[in-house]
Amino acid sequence: MNFEFSEEQNMLREQAQGFLASNCSMAVVRRVLDGDEPYDADLWKKVAEMGWTATVIPEEYEGLGLSYLELSVIAEELGRALAPIPFSSSVYLATEAILAAGSEEQKQAYLPGLAAGTSIGCFALGESAGQTSPASLTTKADGSSITGVKIPVADGDIANFAIVVATSDKGDGASLYIVDLDQDGVSRESITTIDPSRSHAKLTLNAAGAQLLGNDGEGWSHVQSILNRAAVLFAWEQVGGCDTALNMAKEYAMGRFAFGRPIATYQAIKHKLANIYVKNTLARSNCYYGAWAISTDADELPIAAATARVSAIQAYYYASKENVQTHGGMGFTWEFDCQFPYRRSKLLATNIGSEATWQDKLITAIEKQRAA
Amino acid sequence: MDFNDTAVEATFREEVKTWLSANIPTPDELKGLDYIGRAKLWQKRKYDAGWACIRWPKEHGGRDASAIDQVIWNQEESNFDTPDSIFGIGHGMCAPTMMTWATDEQNKNYIPKLASGEDVWCQLFSEPAGGSDLAALRTRAEKDGDDWIINGQKIWTSGAHYSDYGVLVLRTDPTAPKHQGLTYFFIDMKSAGIEVKPIRQISGGANFNEVYFTDVRVSDSQRLGAVGQGWQVALTTLMNERASIGGGGGGVNFDSVFDLATRVNIDDAPAIKDKNVRAQLATWYAQESGLKFNGYRSMTALSRGEIPGPENSIGKLVGAPKQQDMASFALDLLESGGAIWDPELSDAAGMFQATYMASPGLRIAGGTDEIMANIIAERVLGLPQDIRVDKGIPFNEVPTSNS
Repeated sequence: MNFEFSEEQNMLREQAQGFLASNCSMAVVRRVLDGDEPYDADLWKKVAEMGWTATVIPEEYEGLGLSYLELSVIAEELGRALAPIPFSSSVYLATEAILAAGSEEQKQAYLPGLAAGTSIGCFALGESAGQTSPASLTTKADGSSITGVKIPVADGDIANFAIVVATSDKGDGASLYIVDLDQDGVSRESITTIDPSRSHAKLTLNAAGAQLLGNDGEGWSHVQSILNRAAVLFAWEQVGGCDTALNMAKEYAMGRFAFGRPIATYQAIKHKLANIYVKNTLARSNCYYGAWAISTDADELPIAAATARVSAIQAYYYASKENVQTHGGMGFTWEFDCQFPYRRSKLLATNIGSEATWQDKLITAIEKQRAA
Repeated sequence: MDFNDTAVEATFREEVKTWLSANIPTPDELKGLDYIGRAKLWQKRKYDAGWACIRWPKEHGGRDASAIDQVIWNQEESNFDTPDSIFGIGHGMCAPTMMTWATDEQNKNYIPKLASGEDVWCQLFSEPAGGSDLAALRTRAEKDGDDWIINGQKIWTSGAHYSDYGVLVLRTDPTAPKHQGLTYFFIDMKSAGIEVKPIRQISGGANFNEVYFTDVRVSDSQRLGAVGQGWQVALTTLMNERASIGGGGGGVNFDSVFDLATRVNIDDAPAIKDKNVRAQLATWYAQESGLKFNGYRSMTALSRGEIPGPENSIGKLVGAPKQQDMASFALDLLESGGAIWDPELSDAAGMFQATYMASPGLRIAGGTDEIMANIIAERVLGLPQDIRVDKGIPFNEVPTSNS
């Protein structure tokens, strides 16, 4: 029985922690959130230089050909640091889409740039409030011309290209397209979200040039498997953030006095932090399950992914809001850092499907497994 | 990341499987025996074949097996229908204490019969006035020549009604501060002056007892540790509570409640199609999954000869309330039918009703939810201990009520 990371993976974690501690403090997150820069370009460059963007891209496309276990380690650390960079869009979504559905030509054209971090990809799925389904999609392609509005698109304002999910009259009702974002038919507008440390855009496509990615009418199936994999990687980011929230709460509680003693000596606070720890631990163990499932391409990946995501969403919401609570009035100030995990937890809880959506997916996946 | 056994573990597992397959008691062999008789039959069979208490040193009848070996044994044994054990406390708590603190001669005499199941042991710590304050013990032992005379009362003593021996912590000096006036003994449960009274539980059974001591005599030779060292010895007992890793079992869990939801309707369709039901079941699935994979991480540590990390301490705190909530949810799904509790008439032979009634006990026994949360906060997160107002005061001056 070996359900732990390897020595090399643990070393990678140490390296990543050290690097991010020096290059991505909360001050960096605050700077991007407060200011005009959509992301920390310098941090992105350094991350790419270390090869993180190339982690699972095969060597023949100038990637490192490592596994999803290494990527999970990196994801957790980026989540812990709340790194304000387009890593998730480019690596968990765009890269995965090309790996899964790309033709040999498309892989040659896009993967090396993604590996080097010189090309940033994003994933354009949602169009309006509420759940997205093949029936709800209005973005439509006509041959190699695509029209529609996508909002919100994480990193849509800074990416070089987008993977766009459009409606299809074939098969499962959707198709994927690669759309270069630097062309006349594309206009993009930065939009403000509850987490300004991460950039988002409204993408308006007006007969923009597009290339079909994968087969027409197989888009929704691709979306499901891309989101399953992304769910695990986002879950690792979420548990990293859970740790950050817990440590922040603990540190504050140990030093803040009330009625003559640290608030950490009161059971209301002790039990609150213990409950955060419990949820964090369950979520982390489910992330191990998820990491195992993606790295072995297990049949039960839909179950593992949904389990990891549901668990992580619940844990991160709880940890981040109770961290604010533990800080009392100061937790509610702009000056304190409690706002950062609180914002990020809700962004990650809604970006690729809500808790309720994935709870339903989990039961559906279990029903399917039992019927088989 | 790999769920498979190492080569050595796989060989051991095969050996265990082979022996179990050939030696599980048949219904004929168990016919006419009550649950105590069945438990003893199975334990003796394991003992005679060298498969009892495998983690114990060979000199005490064990096999010096590793913690991961014990996990493998537990996993394989749980695949068969075997009599429920009545030896958990004796093997898991009393024996390790004896091995650490009793004389060689005493161990030669008592340990083999513990291992074979011939003797059943219980643990007499808790008292009515103590509760979570484990060291606040009042049952007195007063020296009389080479003996001690015991007067007082213990409570929640599981299995006392069928136990042969017990380990016992007593107040030998009420004028010393709480932890310092305690002494540890082991005692013959058939001694004159011991009265065992079963306590009826809200779940209907009576698995635990009040144990009254009226001028009970115990020899000083049955003292473990020095006079006044009782708390330290008690810590040995408490530390040896078996961690359950990857065990699994049936009962009220995701599988049984999911199954129920396919059998009852909401809005004229199977309840499993209801979004609320799906969401709630998914949350519980994720909790069970988290606990399971937590267990795998601990098994990995054990497999490498390491000590499992603190993440293992969350099992009871998560599992006990969850079981209560799931049983409650199941009864709600059954609507008015949920109130029926009759093995012949109730769904699942009344398992949901039984668990609803038994589950409050799980959140209280062996460390309440609140104590578990305190333990996690203090020992895992390093937060400060609760303020104690009875520190350093003579025990007989500590307030015990409002009067």
